[in-house]
Amino acid sequence: MATTFSYGRLFKYFILAILAIFFLLPIYVIIVTSLKPLDEVSLDSMWALPSSLDFSSYSLAFAKLAPNFLNSFYLAIPATLLSALLGAMNGYVLSKWKFKGSETLFTFILFGMFIPYQSILIPLIQFLRDIGLYNSIAGLILVHVVYGIPITTLMFRNFYASIPDEMIESAQIDGANFLKVFRHIMLPLSVTGFVVVAIWQFTNIWNEFLFAVTITTNNNQPVMVALQNLSGSQIVQWNVQMAGALIAALPTLIVYIILGKYFVRGLLAGSVKG
Amino acid sequence: MTKDRWMAVGFLMPSFLLIVIFVYGFIGWTGYVSVSNWNSIVQDLSFAGLKNYIYLFQDYRFQADLRNTLFFTILFIGLIIILGLTLAVLLDKQLKGESIFRNIFFFPMALSFVVTGVVWQWLLNPSTGINNFLQTFGIQPKWYTDTNILAGFQWGKIEFGVPVAIIAVVIAAVWQMTGFALAMYLAGLRGIPEEIREAARIDGASELYIYRKVVIPQLRPITVSVIIIMAHISLKIFDLIYAMTGPGANFVTDVPGVYMFETTFRGNYYANGAAIAIIMLLTVAIFIVPYLWNARRGSS
Repeated sequence: MATTFSYGRLFKYFILAILAIFFLLPIYVIIVTSLKPLDEVSLDSMWALPSSLDFSSYSLAFAKLAPNFLNSFYLAIPATLLSALLGAMNGYVLSKWKFKGSETLFTFILFGMFIPYQSILIPLIQFLRDIGLYNSIAGLILVHVVYGIPITTLMFRNFYASIPDEMIESAQIDGANFLKVFRHIMLPLSVTGFVVVAIWQFTNIWNEFLFAVTITTNNNQPVMVALQNLSGSQIVQWNVQMAGALIAALPTLIVYIILGKYFVRGLLAGSVKG
Repeated sequence: MTKDRWMAVGFLMPSFLLIVIFVYGFIGWTGYVSVSNWNSIVQDLSFAGLKNYIYLFQDYRFQADLRNTLFFTILFIGLIIILGLTLAVLLDKQLKGESIFRNIFFFPMALSFVVTGVVWQWLLNPSTGINNFLQTFGIQPKWYTDTNILAGFQWGKIEFGVPVAIIAVVIAAVWQMTGFALAMYLAGLRGIPEEIREAARIDGASELYIYRKVVIPQLRPITVSVIIIMAHISLKIFDLIYAMTGPGANFVTDVPGVYMFETTFRGNYYANGAAIAIIMLLTVAIFIVPYLWNARRGSS
């Protein structure tokens, strides 16, 4: 059955191929457009290959985006690590040290994952101004750590639920206390959990836009805001914009290409059902 | 034992306090701003009653936003489910090259809505892009610059119907998010024991019949999850539309998220912006709260 030829199979591949082309179309256009000199980026030659390879749009886009690109790293790396750590702590308690009302508390935390961030934005900005973190990467780190708590807690709670309780019980019989169990049993077993959560958080924080555009200005903006500004300028240089889009997307694309398996696992873990 | 209990509480405490303040406290504060007179650069927290809400529901732009959100949500979720399920069924049975196809359909998930918006803005540009190709067939849609409303009729101040321009945004959003539904359905299909299908096969059921009567009904909880998660994304969507089209001519592609951003942070109408935000929160809560409630009951 697996190898026999059938029209049904052929039909399947046909549908898949058409949809695959649709999904890859933007990538083709990004690459082709970004490699063209501006005078070749005309209305009717969009699909054509460039007559010669021109990397000038990349150097132009990179010159404009480089500082913001770095900002995104300064933002995403610490924010990812801190929110993963908080998530691991919460997930440990909420899966292995359940108490009366802990499920309610978990739901109470989880709700924060679904709120439209518009509904907390005005007080958030006032608050950041008051503590002197408005328009700073540190302020954005704080924001992403806080609003990352629900999702990282959910992911670690599901992950730790799969570690058998007996392991913890036997360690406790051996005299290990709450912290020792966490440090010597849970954390060493958490490598996969940390990878999944870190990829998920890194991608989300890197790609986030609403907080970035409202909390930071100019030099402190992450790369997504700078990319958006690039397209907001007077004359739209499509080749530079496409190069910019590719540069801005590269880190998460690389993460996806190398660690796609964990990326998808995070995607599923983040969907409540787990 | 009690010492360990205290440690457990200590572990949760920072997160708990942060959530209390940053989620619930801030929502409360936004609610307070939404019933205030703070509609200029100078903070004015005097009580305004429901004035800002009444203003919004009579406002042409906000009415258009609600219409756009409604049709965006329906089209977006409908297409995501159809495409995601179709792809999952096609990829389900260890097809050769499955992982290549899977990766192709998943990868847009790794991109940001801003990148998607910028790219599709170029692809669906009425004078370039896909239209170059469509022109050879003699059609040239105006995509997101089209101000027509399909099947429209006057309702209040707005024309009620499907804004053509929204379809362009839906295409971009579906491109981005189909991978999510696909991943969910694929996981769901793999979770259905093969014996169930085998039993139906022995009873002489065709493959199509098995999918229709056995497999797809089993996927129902996944469909519910996909709907809930996509609904909460679509009800608060901002970056894709902001990067791709903005409010559009006659607000054909405007949504509450964009309106809230512009009115609050560009226009300094804080109370109006807060009212939009609270309405957005309530629409999301209608979906989310029952879902969380059920998930909680199911797990305990």
